[in-house]
Amino acid sequence: MTEQRELPELGFVALSRYAWRQLTSMRTALILLMLMGVAAIPGSLIPQRPVNPMAVRDFFSSNPELARWYDRASLFDVYASPWFSAIYILLFISLIGCVLPRTVEHYQAMLAKPPATPKNLTRLSHYQDFDSSPQALERAGIWFSKNRFRVRVEGNSISAEKGYLRETGNLLFHLSLILVLVGVSLGSLFGMNGYAIVNVGERFINVPTTYDSLSFGKLKSDNSLQPFQISVDKFDAKYDPRTSAPLDYTAWVTVEYEGKTSKQVVKVNRPLTFGSTRVYLQANGYSPVVTVRDKSKNVVLQGPVPLLPQDANLRSIGAIKVPDADPSIGFVVSFVPTNARTTSQGAISIYPELLDPKLLFAIWQGDLGLDSGVPTSVYKIDTEKLTQIGLGSVKPGDTYNYSSGSITLETVIPWVNLQVVQDPGKSYALIGGILAIAGLLTSLYGRRRRIWIRLTDSRVEVAGLAKNSAPGLEVEVNKFVSFVKGGQ
Amino acid sequence: MQTTWAYISNYCVYSAMAVFALSFIAHAFETAFAVRTPENSDSTQGNLLVKTLDYKRTEKTARIATALMILAFLLLFAGVVARGISAEHVPWGNMYEFSITGALAFTGAYLAALRKHDLRWLGLFISIAALLTLGTAITLLYRDSAPLVPALQSTWLVIHVIAAIISGGVFLLANVVAGAYLYLERVEERGARPAWLQRVPSLELLDQLSYRLVAFVFPLWTFSVIAGAIWAESAWGRYWGWDPKETWAFITWVAYAAYLHARVTVGWRGRRAAWLCIFAGSTFLFNYVYVNVWGTGKHTYSGL
Repeated sequence: MTEQRELPELGFVALSRYAWRQLTSMRTALILLMLMGVAAIPGSLIPQRPVNPMAVRDFFSSNPELARWYDRASLFDVYASPWFSAIYILLFISLIGCVLPRTVEHYQAMLAKPPATPKNLTRLSHYQDFDSSPQALERAGIWFSKNRFRVRVEGNSISAEKGYLRETGNLLFHLSLILVLVGVSLGSLFGMNGYAIVNVGERFINVPTTYDSLSFGKLKSDNSLQPFQISVDKFDAKYDPRTSAPLDYTAWVTVEYEGKTSKQVVKVNRPLTFGSTRVYLQANGYSPVVTVRDKSKNVVLQGPVPLLPQDANLRSIGAIKVPDADPSIGFVVSFVPTNARTTSQGAISIYPELLDPKLLFAIWQGDLGLDSGVPTSVYKIDTEKLTQIGLGSVKPGDTYNYSSGSITLETVIPWVNLQVVQDPGKSYALIGGILAIAGLLTSLYGRRRRIWIRLTDSRVEVAGLAKNSAPGLEVEVNKFVSFVKGGQ
Repeated sequence: MQTTWAYISNYCVYSAMAVFALSFIAHAFETAFAVRTPENSDSTQGNLLVKTLDYKRTEKTARIATALMILAFLLLFAGVVARGISAEHVPWGNMYEFSITGALAFTGAYLAALRKHDLRWLGLFISIAALLTLGTAITLLYRDSAPLVPALQSTWLVIHVIAAIISGGVFLLANVVAGAYLYLERVEERGARPAWLQRVPSLELLDQLSYRLVAFVFPLWTFSVIAGAIWAESAWGRYWGWDPKETWAFITWVAYAAYLHARVTVGWRGRRAAWLCIFAGSTFLFNYVYVNVWGTGKHTYSGL
């Protein structure tokens, strides 16, 4: 028979107090910190949906079974997953529970006097004694106050302490980490992030409908966008002729904000700022300007059609949908700014600038599915219910005729992709980051130490003690002694 | 003109490698010939011949080794500067350029420390490490000097990258010291140190040294991450996006934070602390190698 021991029943209060104490212990905070580091790893090895949705799609098609399991564990969006959030929320609470009481304690300790001089100084480090002089204690007091020690004077002895900055810095560091976390949370709850493709010569108005994609923080309402307008007047991209690598992107824009109109320049490292909203120049591509006519030469579509770049030489693909033609027409298009032909890949682009542009297309006829109410991508045509009626290509100025009409490539203009970001938490995160470094420096380089001096009948005894065996105390004690003896 | 500078840079790097090799040989000679076997090996010590190191005999070799190291440093410095001139920007655009600058910083730190402390026992290691780094860089990582892509055209490139390179150099140095600690601890468990290891400081000192290095550079690493975040905010529209490089920078930060806590608050010393230090350092190395070579994300530029 095993002995059964009766466990005292814990009430709810006692149990929650126990849980709180466990959660806010230093050990738990450390384990949570390590856990957060470990939990961050899968996100760097498995493709992430917010960063690279294409790679996630590829993963699904090549390993469907595994992908399903990954998806169940939120492994395609680790940093927004419930388990990752659980870790950092617990860490957040644990940090607060760990740091706040220590801050109060530290504040009280700073107000309190240093502990009394120990009875036996001889056992402490840097002990020395020398012949007494009448002003020894007085001179010691002067030295302590000059060097900003906090002192406790008791009859024939002084106990002095310095270096509370170390703990102050330590607490500042941890408190500012909390501030960083607050900033991050504010950004994700009250921020917004959107992308809009704007043709050169067109205007972007900051309302939800002008965006190609737009997402809001959980607590952010849709109608709180900053009222501004941006007209893209000109865009210039320079490339390295040897490698096609980009050298410079510049957009010249006219901005209307708060009743004022101004000309500004946007570059990759130079976003526009409207209060807490910033506008970034993120990508660029080409929009062929086309005119589509029906059999009787009536214009059924005219204007720029943005296409999506596929490689560094800006070979682009997309779709031209003409629902107003009868019957409806759709062009599945490919565009190359500098045309070249290869036997294996067909038309490719060999340079990202418009040196020899060419628009290639397949013409499809039938129901484009635009009236079904199901949202469809403007860059794609579902050709399942359509019949192909031709294949062709045009250069600027050319017209291609097909059985039910014609398409003319008037010209090609560039487009820019503007990213609009509102992050009200980022300044908190920045201040938190700067304070964290300041706190780190003071806590790592600060040294806490004590020095004691006691007058006995005919001798003066001096000793010191450094916390964490920080170096340099010996030199300090020697300086102190020589001052007490009457030196400078 | 630019190509000429690129060639000059390559010649300088090759010459620096040759001189590092010579310096390595000189350091090896120094250690080998300083070992002295006592003439009257009586049997009171058993069969053990107590060998000692007598550096007076090899002072000249030691000086030659250090002089060669300085020469190699200067050549490498010229190589890095010429690379910068050829590309018309600070030479930190790809992994080849990071590696040669890293080797420069590494040897520079050693030579600077040498002015104050007698660290010549490290010279053997420093010269071979620089040689291997440069060798890997020029054979596997070499890319033609190229202009910077628009995202890199920022003052933050200088600030962020230099902070990251210095932190990385010191982290790796701390790893070397921690590794030396682990090796020596094992040697000492089996008995006295062999003669050639006598100049290496005591275990306690090595333990302290690796901690000091980490504590010194941890704020700089924090700064490097924050500088990167500020730059990312102006270039990519967000200050933190869990890009693989960012994720691993964070993991490195967490690992070193854990190391510092383990030492300061929990009181870890010796073997356990050394292993934790090495683990943290390897997350940095992993970030440098894995993310640049196999990884995807916004930190992969110009091939490597």
